[in-house]
Amino acid sequence: MNFLFRYANPHEFMRLSGAVLPFTAVATVLCLGVGLYLGFSVPPDYQQGTTVTLLFIHVPADVVAELAYGAIAVCSLLSLVWRHPLADTAARAAAPYGALFTALGLITGSLWGKPMWGTYWVWDARLTSFLLLLFLYLGYMALWNAVEDEARAARAAAILALVGVVNIPIIKFSVDWWSTLHQGESIVSGKVAPVYLWPLLIMMLGYVLLFLTLWMVRIRTVILERRARNLMQAGTP
Amino acid sequence: MNFDMGAYSVYIWPAYGISALALAGITLWTLAAWRRAKARLAALEKRPSQT
Repeated sequence: MNFLFRYANPHEFMRLSGAVLPFTAVATVLCLGVGLYLGFSVPPDYQQGTTVTLLFIHVPADVVAELAYGAIAVCSLLSLVWRHPLADTAARAAAPYGALFTALGLITGSLWGKPMWGTYWVWDARLTSFLLLLFLYLGYMALWNAVEDEARAARAAAILALVGVVNIPIIKFSVDWWSTLHQGESIVSGKVAPVYLWPLLIMMLGYVLLFLTLWMVRIRTVILERRARNLMQAGTP
Repeated sequence: MNFDMGAYSVYIWPAYGISALALAGITLWTLAAWRRAKARLAALEKRPSQT
């Protein structure tokens, strides 16, 4: 906890994130570059043909969609329970990225579903719970914008984020609990051939780094906007 | 590298195109907002103190 509070201070966060950002930015570009190169060098899959290349953008988008939600949930908990001063800012800042990655997961998945399943969309457990994730993000952002008083908005949004967390294990285990068109878990259980696994892992890392980089820049932006607002208020007689 | 996706091109390229556009777009939006905030704060800090 002490560690978290030390960097909770906006000043410390600006210093630390400023030092880390150049590295995460460069690592993002490297991972995405290498990942795409390897991704377009794989042989067609014996069942899925060339659509296997969709793996490298579909799964990373889904992973970040859930990771960003987890980040919002953790920040919300820190804000509600420990009154962590930067947590609300961090939670709110992650939402638009989470929503975008969720949308990308849905779009790339649907473009993969058509050639493999014969349909863009099916109301099965995995797809429906993932669509719900998008609505959770949109609801979360709408709630922040709807409540005028910032402290109350933060509280309401944090509660919504924490209630919505129940959806994350549902997404994860939906393919085990219900019969679904979507394939089951295959990465951790080692069912992905190494030739596809490496580009996938590198792209995943690239997507995660991209999210972390953008999230940090966004938090920094909000901190500066707040400083400017305080200066404005101090300046008005 | 192989960019010939055969019959599945109609599904693969839109998926890659939309992903690339969306990620590039949100990166530019994030950077633009950062620059705007930085410039605004700098302008405010340059203002003569009114106290």
